[in-house]
Amino acid sequence: MTPAATDRALMELNGLTKAYPGVVANSDVSFNLKAGEVHALLGENGAGKSTLVKTIYGLVKPDSGTMTLDGAPFAPAEPRAARAAGIAMVFQHFSLFEALDVAENVALGMENPPPLRDLAQRIKEVSETYGLPLDPSRIVGDLSAGERQRVEIIRCLLQYPKVLIMDEPTSVLTPQEVDILFDTLRKLRDEGTAILYISHKLEEIRALCDDATVLRLGKVVGTCDPRDTSARAMAEMMVGGTLHVPERDSAAAGDVLMKINGLSVSSPTEFGSALKDITLDIRGGVVLGIGGVAGNGQDELLGALSGEIRAPKGQIFHGADDIGHLPPDARRGLGICAAPEERMGHAAAPDMSLTENAALTGRKRKALTKNGFLNWRKTRDFAEEIIERFDVRTPGAGNAARSLSGGNLQKFVIGREILQDPQILIVNQPTWGVDASAAAAIRQALLDLAAKGAAVIVISQDLDELMEISDEFAALNEGRLTKPRPARGLTVDEIGLMLGGAHDMEVAHVG
Amino acid sequence: MIALEKRPQPSQMWSLASPLVAVALTMLAGAGLFAALGQDPLEALVKIFWEPLFGEFAFYYRPQLLIKGAPLVLIAIGLSLGFRAGIWNIGAEGQYIIGALSGAAVALALYPSEARWLVFPLMVIAGALGGCAWAMIPGLLKVKFKTNEILVSLMLVYVAEQLLASMALGAMRNPEGQGFPGSRNMAQMEAATSWINQSAGMHWGVVAAFISVIFAYVLLAKHVLGFQIKLAGQAPRAAAFSGTNPARLILFCLGTSGALAGMAGMFEISGPSGIVSIDFNVGYGFTAIIVAFLGRLHPIGILLAAGLMALTYIGGDVAQSSLGLPGAAIQVFQGMLLFFLLAVDVLTNYRVRFGQRSAA
Repeated sequence: MTPAATDRALMELNGLTKAYPGVVANSDVSFNLKAGEVHALLGENGAGKSTLVKTIYGLVKPDSGTMTLDGAPFAPAEPRAARAAGIAMVFQHFSLFEALDVAENVALGMENPPPLRDLAQRIKEVSETYGLPLDPSRIVGDLSAGERQRVEIIRCLLQYPKVLIMDEPTSVLTPQEVDILFDTLRKLRDEGTAILYISHKLEEIRALCDDATVLRLGKVVGTCDPRDTSARAMAEMMVGGTLHVPERDSAAAGDVLMKINGLSVSSPTEFGSALKDITLDIRGGVVLGIGGVAGNGQDELLGALSGEIRAPKGQIFHGADDIGHLPPDARRGLGICAAPEERMGHAAAPDMSLTENAALTGRKRKALTKNGFLNWRKTRDFAEEIIERFDVRTPGAGNAARSLSGGNLQKFVIGREILQDPQILIVNQPTWGVDASAAAAIRQALLDLAAKGAAVIVISQDLDELMEISDEFAALNEGRLTKPRPARGLTVDEIGLMLGGAHDMEVAHVG
Repeated sequence: MIALEKRPQPSQMWSLASPLVAVALTMLAGAGLFAALGQDPLEALVKIFWEPLFGEFAFYYRPQLLIKGAPLVLIAIGLSLGFRAGIWNIGAEGQYIIGALSGAAVALALYPSEARWLVFPLMVIAGALGGCAWAMIPGLLKVKFKTNEILVSLMLVYVAEQLLASMALGAMRNPEGQGFPGSRNMAQMEAATSWINQSAGMHWGVVAAFISVIFAYVLLAKHVLGFQIKLAGQAPRAAAFSGTNPARLILFCLGTSGALAGMAGMFEISGPSGIVSIDFNVGYGFTAIIVAFLGRLHPIGILLAAGLMALTYIGGDVAQSSLGLPGAAIQVFQGMLLFFLLAVDVLTNYRVRFGQRSAA
């Protein structure tokens, strides 16, 4: 029992139901949120968590059901009304202007902003009170993801909320930053704020939350006290069955397939990170996990390896050949395949059919062309093979990519690369937004590929995922890559230091 | 409350139906326009759409349909490739002029040779190369210096027009023309004419137009290059990931559309027009933009759209001469066609929902 928690419900949800054409997002959802508790909301993608919090925040109007806040009926017509009533929300995707400074960004989110100088003073006070160091005069474009999140949190705290909703807040943070965030949240809780915490990281929920409600297919399927429920038990409540954990045999590391030697390239986008002096041996049979907070060069690293970003001479070798100048299709010919993070518009063309999307990367290795002419029958067969082997839920290969859910499209994209039998596969955020069972299937497929002797590079922000499947682990920080270390036996502190940019890891380890 | 809701995928039905609905709406609004001008709307529409095809003088108007339609098809097919890839060549009119001048230069330089096997093929090649080279200017500038191809290609139209005027009055002027401002008549040269059967409206441009439709259809439906063109237009990052070379694509699209526009100009100047004169170009290069969109950037659609557009031109002339409708009214009518097409186009990707949103 936490000091400030009372048994009085601050907020009650009664029978909330919301249906969209073809899907019931929330069905008769009821639970109570008490003042002074951190309440976890658990569920797979599509379980209805987002719809529920949007209802509370006034973005979605429920078809039926009621809410009360402090005992009074609560039905916000728009987010402004919800904010006025004391509801605040930190979204998973930040809504900040990169070219403005912190105080200006905060002011933009307020109904009646005070003069900027006073506001800067208040930001300083709040940030000190809650242990969230932040300089109000810094430009947001220069902040790390963790610092950007602090801007969003402080924006909320300035409203003195009764209920704070946090949607996947730790997905972009290093372990050390997570600790700081948790201290802040505990402090708020002790002051009597109710926190509704959405996450799929079960260990974090066990460490932070006092109560948990589990949603599946829009319905409440259970509640538990996360402090004495195992992560596996919670995962199985979410999935509604037993969870398949990827299996692997540790294969012996094979030959060096690709050598990266002092790779330095600038980013094609303005707020991207340039890659600085990356050196790496890529070995067959090895899964190399690359962790790091988003925006530290992940996209650029994938681009430089896939061929979208060309490298200067002498920096990327395949066997003995310098391949830094080769475009993506020539590299595919050598067996180097990749799956970028952004599915819509980068890994796949949203308005094109799955058949056409199969031709996007598959035409070389699957021999889908002859004399420059595409063999559409063969391409469709390839698309159907991906759909079948990777359990992509779609009526058929003729459907547009954008009609698939994010997780299904991700299965298609990963499947498309794996079925090309690559020698080296580079994937960025392979299970982002994919539900637990599909994520397990994707991870298993990556492990199977490595077991066949291929080199697999997994770039991810999900440390649990990286620890689960990696043989070696390296961290990317501001475009620099740490030396890979065996993943087994790495402690959370060591990983945190690697992610935080302590470059000379050997010393840190010994010290 | 009317709301637009994005469809999970584009509607097949609407992508076919929207041009038809747009034509119907244009007729309705056009009828209103003609009525406001004090004409009998039904009679005006009959004059525009029926008279040229089935009226008393159809024997004269039907060949005109081929003559007006062929350059529109040739130019619009070229433009549609670029438009699909997100490369906006607005200067087909200039490429058309330069193609015509290049073809004419060959014909006039070799005059009075009678070796048709030599002169005419050379003219076709010169026309294509001339248009292609003119389109390569915005292409190379875009690739090298990232200039905007819309502005550059458009401005080059006016340069080409000045060049045309200079040629018509200077270098290409008929030395035996007693000061008449224009060149010798190439349509009357055995070796240079593009006419196959003048009274039927058949010239080599018509043949080339049909070939270009087939070429574009095969390219887009079957060839990797066509796939890359579509991919680059819909998802540029995915195209780069797929391995498309954007610079090569820009040069191919601009070069091809320039070559086709140049050929259209060359066939025109050695046939229906005949002479290099100061008012040789009549805006086919711009109308072709409308034709390309009206035809949904699809080769077969462009063929039909060019037919429809040619019909409104000819029908417009009929209505002007027999009913005294002002020429501007006909242009408004053609503009409405594009306007309605773009408006109805929304329905391909969105569906309309009637229903009240619950009060906020």
